[in-house]
Amino acid sequence: MVGEMTTNLWPMVIALAASAYLLKMFGLVVLGSRRLPRIFDRCLALIPAALLSALVLKDTFSVGQSLVVDVRLAGFAVAVVATWRRAPLIVVVVLAASATAILRAI
Amino acid sequence: MRGDPEIRRVVVSSLTLSGAVGVFALSFGVASVGAGASVWQTCALSLFVFTGASQFSAMSVIGTGGSMLAAYGGAVLLAIRNMVYGLALSPSARSLGKSLPHRLLAAQFVIDETTALALAESSPRFRKIAFWTTGIGLFSFWNLGTLIGALAGSAIDPQKFGLDIAFPAAFVAMLRPHLGTKLGRQTAMLGGALCLISISFVPVGVPILIAATAIVLGVRNGR
Repeated sequence: MVGEMTTNLWPMVIALAASAYLLKMFGLVVLGSRRLPRIFDRCLALIPAALLSALVLKDTFSVGQSLVVDVRLAGFAVAVVATWRRAPLIVVVVLAASATAILRAI
Repeated sequence: MRGDPEIRRVVVSSLTLSGAVGVFALSFGVASVGAGASVWQTCALSLFVFTGASQFSAMSVIGTGGSMLAAYGGAVLLAIRNMVYGLALSPSARSLGKSLPHRLLAAQFVIDETTALALAESSPRFRKIAFWTTGIGLFSFWNLGTLIGALAGSAIDPQKFGLDIAFPAAFVAMLRPHLGTKLGRQTAMLGGALCLISISFVPVGVPILIAATAIVLGVRNGR
């Protein structure tokens, strides 16, 4: 965590805002009713599965470029259980953070 | 018109979802300032990027020390699905907005929730109502939640409150709907494996981009 120093993130924020809008706009306004080839459609639909899974593992098991197992594993486990019990998003986050905070405190 | 129970149903479900997502935005606000963004930058992400998974992804990469380019890359890949949603909505684009400026404004609201609720309606009229109520409601709550979260987050120590876990916890919850199919599960496993294998060898954030190659599984089979 680098909470102490606020880096200049504006170039990323602006580039991402522009790209995100252009993607939305491209689909709705520019491409119109044209259809993508099915194979293309199918691969694009898989992006969240691949990336979200990678993000989960990165944030649970790594510090910088090294793999570590620490108290975050408990928070991750709580998040998995809460998600499986179909808890709302915010409940998942709050439970996982509480578990992690409590374990860090003791 | 106000008394029409069908319209009421559409509006109530849109606003209920918007409220729930707005509460979730609190955690984005807190986590984003915890990861090193200022309150303004955090609010700008919610106002102008306005697509949750991308915002979380970008700040997660920054928070663990990744470059802005790596953060941008992963977030843009996650934003591509909004283009696909735009395509799915485009047959009704003319009913969503009569003029071009109207449709250009509608584009900013093309995200998971608006697409799901709009496409759940069969008549163009209800589709339009569902799209705009969800879009405007969710945009308002998402940004209000982000602001409150960011202000609260800048006042506390993120580690002490276990807030570093907010990112993976949010990603777990967002991942779940994508594990419904065998192909989705296989892709998630391959993506996760590629990430873990590459973490030690490439700069922070790049494993997320490498994980994206797991989508080639979609070339092979249908379901």
